[in-house]
Amino acid sequence: MSDKVIYVMYDDDGVLKDGAKKLVSSGVKISDTFSPFPIHGIDPIIGIKNTRLGIMAFLYGLIGLTLATIGMRFFMIDDWPMNIGGKPSFTYLENILSFVPISFEFTVMCAAHGMAITYLLRNKTLPGMPAQNPDPRTTDDKFVMEIRTSENSMDEKELDQLIKDTGFIEIDKKII
Amino acid sequence: MEFQITQKTKKNIYLLLGVGLVLTLVGVITGYDDHHFSTRLLSNGLIDTFFFFAMGLGALFFLSLAYATETGWYAAVKRVIEAVAGYLPYGMVLMGIVLLIITFMDGAHIYSWMDPEVVAHDEMIQGKSAYLNPVFFWIRTLIYFAVYLLFLRGFKKRSLEEDKIGGTDLHFQNYKKGALFLVFFAVFSSTSSWDWLMSIDVHWFSTLFGWYTFAGMWCTTMVVLIMVTLYLKKHGYLEKVNDSHIHDLGKWAFATSFLWSYLWFSQFMLIWYANIGEEVTYFQMRIDNYKLLYFGMFIVNFAFPMLILMSRDAKRHAGILTFIGLIILAGHWVDVYIMVSGGSLGPTAHIGALEIGMALTALSLFIMIILRNLTKAPLTPVNHPFLDESVHHEI
Repeated sequence: MSDKVIYVMYDDDGVLKDGAKKLVSSGVKISDTFSPFPIHGIDPIIGIKNTRLGIMAFLYGLIGLTLATIGMRFFMIDDWPMNIGGKPSFTYLENILSFVPISFEFTVMCAAHGMAITYLLRNKTLPGMPAQNPDPRTTDDKFVMEIRTSENSMDEKELDQLIKDTGFIEIDKKII
Repeated sequence: MEFQITQKTKKNIYLLLGVGLVLTLVGVITGYDDHHFSTRLLSNGLIDTFFFFAMGLGALFFLSLAYATETGWYAAVKRVIEAVAGYLPYGMVLMGIVLLIITFMDGAHIYSWMDPEVVAHDEMIQGKSAYLNPVFFWIRTLIYFAVYLLFLRGFKKRSLEEDKIGGTDLHFQNYKKGALFLVFFAVFSSTSSWDWLMSIDVHWFSTLFGWYTFAGMWCTTMVVLIMVTLYLKKHGYLEKVNDSHIHDLGKWAFATSFLWSYLWFSQFMLIWYANIGEEVTYFQMRIDNYKLLYFGMFIVNFAFPMLILMSRDAKRHAGILTFIGLIILAGHWVDVYIMVSGGSLGPTAHIGALEIGMALTALSLFIMIILRNLTKAPLTPVNHPFLDESVHHEI
């Protein structure tokens, strides 16, 4: 099914925000916005859900903690019990205090790297990936709003009519 | 001015005070014939007066931190911070009285270095007596009190002046004074905790002790700020404070809990690992006699805030914040209790009617003074340069 996408460009984030508010209140669904910096407070206006990255961070942290525990248990207890500072490593629990710093560091490392990689993958912005923004100027000083006709019950003419008085500077349509 | 203490709240505070006094009386009557009684009574005096004094001081620290970093979001809750910091003079008087009685009783088995007979037979204390002697102790204590009071008075005065005249002159003055206070506080927070708390275990020392005490104090301060803000919100005040402010305060409580746990563990693990006789005595005493309380307190102060306050929704939920706040407060009270009692009473210490009664009495006084402070100034600063930013705070 062909889908017509309307890209509406603004040169001010405030104008875009006011425009988005106006459009949403008259029932338009805005699928995304592109901007050189995060537009404060745009998420609830265009109905973007809260990120679930935090949940992933927790899970990555748990994975890190588990890996660190398994690793240290194997290295320090099973494989080669070491006697450091007069504290022989007979069981993990007995010497758990000396394993805490590494558990902590590894938890943090896994959570941080996991989050960063997830973020880049989810946004398709890994190094070398093609740019996702419709216009290179949105990385400079322009702000673009994306409206898909397939997501709206209104037809193109009606949308045009509504967009007309939001103060945009350029409008671009693409069929994808 | 706009805030009035309701009759119901007043009644509840008096009830709390009454329960506290009755329990204290019960504790006094049942424990009077014990020959450790005076030490126990004064230990509790020190625990409770220090615990609440520390929150007032924590609020003063947080206020100057906000000034020095030119923080914006906090402007809407600034008067709450000032009200908690306003407890400081009262806390100083109460703690000063306890310290004075202890000094007149030659240390009362709490500060054994104040007892000339003990010092005469103890070479280790003699070696420290250039720093740890009653005269220098009081000089330091009075300097701490004077500096804290001076800064508190200045901040309060300028804050009320700003309401009248506005402009940015006062803001930049606060900025400078805030940074200056942090310099003093960086030194005093360590040395004062050595003087008031670490010197109870006079043979033992730890350079991390000051930070550890400071982190505990910061954490309890943030919890109190949350609770007072939630109380005022519930009664319809502070209409400019939104979920995001509560969320930020919750984040502070979460983060400072971690800071405290981190420092507690750093101190514990290094001493455990090195296993040097003169260092491990502190923990040996506490593990032998307070095992459940000591490790229980660590779990409560670390695991509870970590697991419960981790999610974004929990930090915006008044019920969860109040619940976890009460737990943290109790946990940190136990922390201070073990710090003091572990050194002064050692194996004979136990939590009974006296301990709980005195803590509740001090708590009711603390709440009463904070609420009275809140009535004395408008709850929202009108001319704070960052007020607009704070009102639109959204995260």
